[in-house]
Amino acid sequence: MTTLVPADAPAPLTPSLLYLDGVTVSFDGFRALNELSLQIAPGEMRAIIGPNGAGKTTMMDVITGKTRPDTGEVLFDRGVDLTRLDEAAIANLGIGRKFQKPTVFESHTVEDNILLALKGDRRARAVLTARTSDQETRRLDEILEIAGLTAQRHRLAGLLSHGQKQWLEIGMLLAQDPKLLLVDEPVAGMTDAETEATAALLKRISAADHSVVVVEHDMAFVRALGVKVTCLHEGSVLAEGAIDTVSENPRVIEVYLGR
Amino acid sequence: MITRALLTDDRTGKWFLAIVLGLAVVVPLLHLAMPPSSPFHISTATMALLGKYLCFALLALSLDLVWGYCGILSLGHGAFFALGGYAMGMYLMRQIGTRGVYAHPVLPDFMVFLNWKELPWYWYGFENAWFAFLMVMAVPGLLAFVFGWFAFRSRVTGVYLSIITQALTYALMLAFFRNDMGFGGNNGLTDFKDILGFPVQANTTRAALFAVSALALVLGYLVARAIVASRLGKVLVSIRDAESRTRFLGYRVEHYKTFVFTVSAIMAGIAGALYVPQVGIINPSEFTPANSIEVVIWVAVGGRGTLAGAALGAVLVNFAKTTFTTGFLAPYWLFMLGALFVLVTIWLPKGILGTLYDFWARRRPNEEPDAKPASVPQPAE
Repeated sequence: MTTLVPADAPAPLTPSLLYLDGVTVSFDGFRALNELSLQIAPGEMRAIIGPNGAGKTTMMDVITGKTRPDTGEVLFDRGVDLTRLDEAAIANLGIGRKFQKPTVFESHTVEDNILLALKGDRRARAVLTARTSDQETRRLDEILEIAGLTAQRHRLAGLLSHGQKQWLEIGMLLAQDPKLLLVDEPVAGMTDAETEATAALLKRISAADHSVVVVEHDMAFVRALGVKVTCLHEGSVLAEGAIDTVSENPRVIEVYLGR
Repeated sequence: MITRALLTDDRTGKWFLAIVLGLAVVVPLLHLAMPPSSPFHISTATMALLGKYLCFALLALSLDLVWGYCGILSLGHGAFFALGGYAMGMYLMRQIGTRGVYAHPVLPDFMVFLNWKELPWYWYGFENAWFAFLMVMAVPGLLAFVFGWFAFRSRVTGVYLSIITQALTYALMLAFFRNDMGFGGNNGLTDFKDILGFPVQANTTRAALFAVSALALVLGYLVARAIVASRLGKVLVSIRDAESRTRFLGYRVEHYKTFVFTVSAIMAGIAGALYVPQVGIINPSEFTPANSIEVVIWVAVGGRGTLAGAALGAVLVNFAKTTFTTGFLAPYWLFMLGALFVLVTIWLPKGILGTLYDFWARRRPNEEPDAKPASVPQPAE
């Protein structure tokens, strides 16, 4: 039997960056999340797998403030209660999110997409008079390089290929310099080469002391990441551990991987 | 200097400003300096008409700022225009003094007619030009701010927002039709005599009003351009294209929307204030929902998200309106307007200027630097 959630979950004062405890979300009686408990350590990369409807996206919605949980605790970075904050406040605390469908600003250039994502004062008055500083330019160049988009910097984001859009969005996350990145299906619709490049990119980000949570269906990709895996099912954690242990778990095979 | 910095990448803007500034000089000059017998003379009626177009152009510009750049389809911008107009109208009413039909030194005629004994409190201060001109901006601005604050904070977007803006202008129309509101009921405010001490009907005053309208359009353009060219302008476009993405980047979308909505309403108010002395009347029909919808058509025809295009659309559609509502085609004007909107939506979805931009971009494909077309599939649209 693999490690299930320990019955005596540690108290919120442990050094976890993200701490979810007993989180329940219901939509019209359907329990999208059911007493979900999860912890992410600072600098950790975690892969989340699970069948459709397991609550992966809802979990991200709860963490980023899009959905309010009915019950449960969601704490971030030494006890900030995320359930009381809205999306913008949570983003400014240092949580970045990449959507399932690549969402970039299509009528802006690649460069502007990154520029708008760069960490900084987000208040309207400051943004109205903002000038691009040398420091921002350097950071911009750096991120374009990491995301492999330097050659595309002046193109409109809407003209990028699917894979490039995914990278651009990851680059935007990087520009935000968040403590925690939530990445929803980053390799959906990518070629094998692109998938590999994405895995390398995410590892590089995680190595730079960002915590990363990756939701993904592609088991080859999850294996390539080589990190701790959490399998969700019906809104709670079914199994957690190394990829090999989780993928041998009979319950995981039954509900998700198939025989 | 700032102007030059703003316009470096804006060739259309330079043309636009040159034309409007040219009009500001040439039209009053031809009106005042040329004898009526000269073929170059511009008649009072023509100048008033052109002045009206300029006010509409400013109104269209203000709508383009929120709709074209931030995706807020306001179907109630006529309300801000009319409120600015009423603020100006109230000032002009107070300037009539004893020259009214009832010769009451304080009360406008319609109040005497209604047997009112004293001025309602909300008319206080409007005898002062500075106060009235402040209200021209403050009243539409404040309404837009409060409306925007609640609507955008509650995340009302898309068609629902359009519907409540439409309801806003409709509600104001019904309110202003009531006599006991104190704004002249369905007759509105009219019979103006003086503005800043000059007779409203005098040719020189009219010429000055025309020039001021043109300058207001120039100023409105520069303000709008400064906003859309700033980083805040980029955030507005981001909100238009992917609102929740913008939120997750940490931008408080409702603040941005409220800001641009308020600026836009102030612009619309100024347009209304300049419109009133030139047409000589303001009444509740300016709040008609159809008026606000017409503004949307102007912007769509000219090209939304182009600023200058919005102004162009306003002038072109209104020119067509003037032409076609005076001849035998008059009964069919609304059909033509409707057809215009349908045809533009189908064949010119980017409007006149947007289509022209596309055309120019295609003629100069090298504008897109170091692209690697081979690795790029068709743009997803």
